[in-house]
Amino acid sequence: MRAVHLLALGAGLVASAPVLANEDVLKHTANPAEQVLQTVDYGNTRYSKLDQINAGNVKQLQVAWTFSTGVLRGHEGSPLVVGNMMYVHTPFPNIVYALDLDKDGVIVWKYEPKQDPSVIPVMCCDTVNRGLAYADGAIILHQADTTVVSLDAKSGKVNWSVVNGDPKKGETNTATVLPVKDKIVVGVSGGEFGVRCHVTAYDSKTGKKVWRGYSVGPDEELLVDPEQTTSLGKPVGKDSSIKTWEGDQWKTGGGCTWGWFSYDPKLDLMYYGSGNPSTWNPKQRPGDNKWSMTIWARNPDTGMAKWVYQMTPHDEWDYDGINEMILTDQKVDGKERALLTHFDRNGFGYTLDRGTGELLVAEKFDPVVNWASKVDMDKGSKNYGRPLVQAKYSTEQNGEDTNSKGICPAALGTKDQQPAAYSPKTGLFYVPTNHVCMDYEPFRVSYTPGQPYVGATLAMYPAPGSHGGMGNFIAWDGVKGQIKWSNPEQFSVWSGALATAGDVVFYGTLEGYLKAVDSKTGKELYKFKTPSGIIGNVMTYQHKGKQYVGILSGVGGWAGIGLAAGLTDPNAGLGAVGGYAALSNYTNLGGQLTVFSLPN
Amino acid sequence: MYTINRAVLRPFAAALALVSATAFVAQAEDAKKADPALANQLDPNAPDKDQKLIDNFAAVKVEDGKYFDKEGHPTYHITNDGKKFDWYAYSGYRRYHAECHVCHGPDAMGSTYAPALKDSLKTINYEEFIGILAGGKRDSQAGQERVMPAFGDNKNVMCYADDLYVYLKARASGAMPRIRPTDKEEKPEAARKAEKECLGG
Repeated sequence: MRAVHLLALGAGLVASAPVLANEDVLKHTANPAEQVLQTVDYGNTRYSKLDQINAGNVKQLQVAWTFSTGVLRGHEGSPLVVGNMMYVHTPFPNIVYALDLDKDGVIVWKYEPKQDPSVIPVMCCDTVNRGLAYADGAIILHQADTTVVSLDAKSGKVNWSVVNGDPKKGETNTATVLPVKDKIVVGVSGGEFGVRCHVTAYDSKTGKKVWRGYSVGPDEELLVDPEQTTSLGKPVGKDSSIKTWEGDQWKTGGGCTWGWFSYDPKLDLMYYGSGNPSTWNPKQRPGDNKWSMTIWARNPDTGMAKWVYQMTPHDEWDYDGINEMILTDQKVDGKERALLTHFDRNGFGYTLDRGTGELLVAEKFDPVVNWASKVDMDKGSKNYGRPLVQAKYSTEQNGEDTNSKGICPAALGTKDQQPAAYSPKTGLFYVPTNHVCMDYEPFRVSYTPGQPYVGATLAMYPAPGSHGGMGNFIAWDGVKGQIKWSNPEQFSVWSGALATAGDVVFYGTLEGYLKAVDSKTGKELYKFKTPSGIIGNVMTYQHKGKQYVGILSGVGGWAGIGLAAGLTDPNAGLGAVGGYAALSNYTNLGGQLTVFSLPN
Repeated sequence: MYTINRAVLRPFAAALALVSATAFVAQAEDAKKADPALANQLDPNAPDKDQKLIDNFAAVKVEDGKYFDKEGHPTYHITNDGKKFDWYAYSGYRRYHAECHVCHGPDAMGSTYAPALKDSLKTINYEEFIGILAGGKRDSQAGQERVMPAFGDNKNVMCYADDLYVYLKARASGAMPRIRPTDKEEKPEAARKAEKECLGG
């Protein structure tokens, strides 16, 4: 009964649309027993139709089996399951294990790339990797050193490999890839090194480069058409990027592409966000710095941009716009619309029409957000679509060598890359968030290729005057722009959520708990403490008729920096003892997959 | 330099310390009498103060707002019950939290993948520090490979090497708790000049 009901609902999802996307990816994402993309489906909904584990029985969950990755660094992303095989990736050195689920997880093959360790310190904030993708019998790995490798899923043999960037110039990778049609689309990191970032499409059979679109630069390198590409309904015009920079500054402009990709087969558009402009000192780069901090909609065959929307013009706080774009079909004012919902680092939850880029909703998804009073939604205003920045929290207006205090959110954002989930059953988004504020002092820096190019001093602390914790796990109505419920968490929630047809939402915590909550109320139904803090994303699969839930533990990443030692207590004043809520008192380094199931 | 095992360096450093200590007896006597203004006035409630290290790093000389310990290395000067910092300690705080904290954590507390410099600087001396900063460092432990990049070409770091050293010594000795310095001694003309020359343009 339930299954039938779910199928009817699932039919509305973009992933099941009958258009040529990548037939193989569509076929596999339609089968909830498997997970072939990190994002679960092309729409990035992170929703599983599996419902054996449900709100009624999830409290009986127990550990079925575990696997050590052998690496003690931050573990982001999740394993994949294709047929009877599971594919597990690790942070640097980016090992891939192929495990046979039919044989109790025996290691069928292992791939360990040889990478120059000098790439390690070029990676801002730990050597994480957000995982593999599967398409057409190949496992695609995008290594830290920007090498993209296609591996034969059966044997682990290299089909082809191609180098996307140069770590000596600060170009590295942490992101997963998007297999779409006959292409593999990849991004690049390096915003703290003054890299000018881009997305690139490679031929999925040969690894040959097909197109590359930059985030900043001349029109022909952005792959925009001044007349056809629009922003908020209007053509972007000639030189839309370079005229928003002073002189040659766009050449070290950042706009990195280290987040997630989604794809709508019906509209034939792929979506992603670009990151912060380099440097973190806004005084050194006057102008809107387009198209950093931007939602992009591109044609996957040509790379040509259909529309763009810049969320944070002239960034002053490092609010990278790279978080996932979740594609849903929902009713707005009684009309069914193709939507894109995005929870930005800057603390606003945006809902747009994904066909046209029309802005429908922009509301704060944490009430403490204060750097802007709101986003101007008046189509007649000259500030239409722009955030109304509060002078007190403007590091640009306060200027260099001035410490702007009490800015919410902190640079790590109200939400970082850890992806949210969407349940078509409840119509709600489930969002892992940070509840952290900061002081930010910009100052002058000089640029050296391959060297960090930051230009600001930051101090972060839990949001003052709140529950004292550094995170919340919230349910969000993307059409109304409202928080439905919010569970306080002691630490930032740095784990990707998973919503299931069993009315359960799963996420991990930095202390190491895997938690299951009720999708309607947020009530905690189950928790289990894994060996290390969780910054990975929850996944589920079915094997021999039984549903399993898997999560990678291994604390690290951005969260492993400040939180490991504990942030300072904002309420204790000068001379306060540090180590406020130090994560290191709760967990330790690790690298483990824990798989759960119901008792037999 | 940075690849040399710490254990090998230690006797060498100890020897250096002995030499400078003996050569310094007379001067130290003078300093005590001559300039009580060099003494630190730390926060009496600051936790984790290591008196032995604080004594070791005590300033015996000041030149243009820059303080030096008995070995002639730059050091900190903290007054007003731990509320006021010399320019270099303050500047070091600022530079640290721009260039170093993404790996070594806030307030030199360390991260899941880089050591806490508030501990490392208890033993690393000035020469070792500059060597690692300029040349980088590499070590491999079970389950993780650690690499610090060479900052030798990075003016945003190397022009402030002394500032960073001074700040980290203040943290290592516990003279400076986990706070953001608010009050500071005026930026010395020498610091302005050196900054301009070093950064160029």
